[in-house]
Amino acid sequence: MKWLLRAAVAAAIVGALWGLSYVLHEHVIEYVVRIAMLCGMNIILAVGLNLINGTTGQFSIGHAGFMAVGAYTTAYVCTQLAPEVAGVLGTGFLPDAVVFNVGLIAGAALAAATGVVVGVPSLRLKGDYLAIVTLGFGEIIRLLLTNAEFLGGATGFSGDNPTGLSPYTNVFWVFLWVVIVIVVIRNVTFSQTGRSLEAISEDEIAAEAMGTPTTRLKVVAFTLSAAAAGIAGGLFAHLQGSVRPDDFKFDRSIDMIVMIIVGGLGSITGAVIGGIFVGVTLELMRDLSEYRLVLYSLLLVIIMLVRPQGVLGKRELSFSRLFPKKAAKPARAAGDEKP
Amino acid sequence: MRRKTVVVAAAIVSLVASLAFTFGCKNGGGSQNGPGGSGGGNQTGEIVIGHYASMTGDTAHFGQDTDKAVRLAVEEVNAQGGIKGRRVKLVTLDTRGDATEAANAVTRLIDVEHVSAIIGEVASTLSLAGGRVAQRRGIPMVSPSSTNPAVTAIGNNVFRVCFIDPFQGTVMAKFARENLRLTKVAIIKDVRSDYSIGLAENFRRAFTQRGGQVVAEQSYSAGDTDFSAQLTAIRDSGAEAIFVPGYYGEVGAIAVTKQRLGINVPLLGGDGWDAPDLFRIGGAALEGSFYSNHFAPDAASDRARRFISAFQRRFGSEPTGLGALGYDAAMVLFEAMRRAQSVTPATIREGLTATRNFEGVTGRITINAQRDADKSAVVLRIRGGRAVYETTVQP
Repeated sequence: MKWLLRAAVAAAIVGALWGLSYVLHEHVIEYVVRIAMLCGMNIILAVGLNLINGTTGQFSIGHAGFMAVGAYTTAYVCTQLAPEVAGVLGTGFLPDAVVFNVGLIAGAALAAATGVVVGVPSLRLKGDYLAIVTLGFGEIIRLLLTNAEFLGGATGFSGDNPTGLSPYTNVFWVFLWVVIVIVVIRNVTFSQTGRSLEAISEDEIAAEAMGTPTTRLKVVAFTLSAAAAGIAGGLFAHLQGSVRPDDFKFDRSIDMIVMIIVGGLGSITGAVIGGIFVGVTLELMRDLSEYRLVLYSLLLVIIMLVRPQGVLGKRELSFSRLFPKKAAKPARAAGDEKP
Repeated sequence: MRRKTVVVAAAIVSLVASLAFTFGCKNGGGSQNGPGGSGGGNQTGEIVIGHYASMTGDTAHFGQDTDKAVRLAVEEVNAQGGIKGRRVKLVTLDTRGDATEAANAVTRLIDVEHVSAIIGEVASTLSLAGGRVAQRRGIPMVSPSSTNPAVTAIGNNVFRVCFIDPFQGTVMAKFARENLRLTKVAIIKDVRSDYSIGLAENFRRAFTQRGGQVVAEQSYSAGDTDFSAQLTAIRDSGAEAIFVPGYYGEVGAIAVTKQRLGINVPLLGGDGWDAPDLFRIGGAALEGSFYSNHFAPDAASDRARRFISAFQRRFGSEPTGLGALGYDAAMVLFEAMRRAQSVTPATIREGLTATRNFEGVTGRITINAQRDADKSAVVLRIRGGRAVYETTVQP
């Protein structure tokens, strides 16, 4: 019975996303829809990065590199695959869906594989050292792409069509992947593995003394986080129409860190809020022209002064918290965190 | 604690709601007349044109120079009574030099500002990102100074008023071979920039075709500060000149390093050099170098002189080549609007396609079948801390 219920919930979510996608694309101006999709990608990036930077407490500052791997892989796989699939399935929604999702999964897989390659040697390091390694990795990826002729070098990769990569990315796919990423990361966070990750974040030596395989768990978290960044990269590639090495500069990694710090390190819902914050703030301040960047930085400073732990701190927003049931109250009150 | 959560939730909801209310729904503002005209549908009131440019970020200089000149063009046309009796309104949006923001800005210009036509960008990669949106939405776009051939290949809505990379590379090759009579030249290119790679490629082809020899080819990445390794390699190659098709920041640093290493050959370059900061960074090390540009302030036509003095009166500084191109882009656009029966994106596009021998600040502009401008280039020589006119090279 349980799986039947779950299937029903999943179907309901897909249906709701389908409806949302239809309404947004048909009735709302493209500008708002575009920003919404960019916010969705930010959410995927932030929730993914939060698993390693927030929950596990290992500071990665090179996640733009994984996003780049995902973006280029998805773009490349889709351009290679599209004619083949079109030969079998023709054109329309189904072949596009197949091509795009195969591309996205390939992007996530390669990003994850890169995560393992980077993670295994570097996650034995602690603290600042890991940050430097990931920083270096992000730059290496970007420079490799800049010099990769078959991926377009500095010009970037946009397929053979002068109008760029096929615009597969729409609200439905973005937010379907948002839901998938959040569910997976949430399940990991609130599982035994998640508790061990938190233990590593609290005190790595103590965790190790208790028999927690710290390096292995860190690599697992890092890999999942890289896969999420890869998905976001693939979605980004087919929204933007091209991918360039310069789309994945160090600034992009910093943006991701801003998202999780603003939202609250270690909180999934916080990461969602942070992703949306970074996605909309600069666009909302368009009327200030050149001063918007000044104000944006000022806003970040103010947030850090007023709430150094981020908007949510380590807490999660949940429906049961917003609409508390009488019965659940005592248990929850006891579980409320102490600052 | 719980109250705080509710406050946070309320804040998020109100943020989303304010977003929705600010921008509204599709059918709110502009008329929906199908593909080829979601903006500028009404035929009375102001004509809105958009400009997207890097007003901040690494290449802020480019965006600001261009925007000043575009603003000057708009002010002039309004002073003359506008177009068909309608005032022209300019909306400028910043791209921060970022491709994602460039596409955001163009989408906003079309959806929120309802522009009839768009001017932008300077950097080719940003024009590609913005041009794809403009092409899909059927709004004509004129790039003032993106020289990568791929930009106008996007489709029939994307135009430019400058020459393209192959031409600039060819110009300098021709100049080095025929005017300077050089046989051995080295190249240092920026591998992170399409612009630099495009120029280097076309220079090499044209120079070897004319019997010259490229004796060394080195590369750097934008943002590098140390060029001694590359220049040492070039010193030993016997090159008589070094072609540096990069942007002014690195070019200045390369010139300084070259002088320090005692390499006494001139540098050659393209329009990426064209910024006052070039002289601030490179100083005396640049003396005797040459670069190709769209326009030479000291050998200007009457048309150009009028523009220069108007620009100086308005902004108190001399315009750069990029500024001149921004002005021409706006003027070509206005000319196309004047020619059109009514001001709609479709008729503006037709007007732009029909541009022939337009007397611009940067020369006579004819839009060809590829929507590129056919025009000549000038070569400038650096003498006494200024760029002075050397010669004109025909296409």
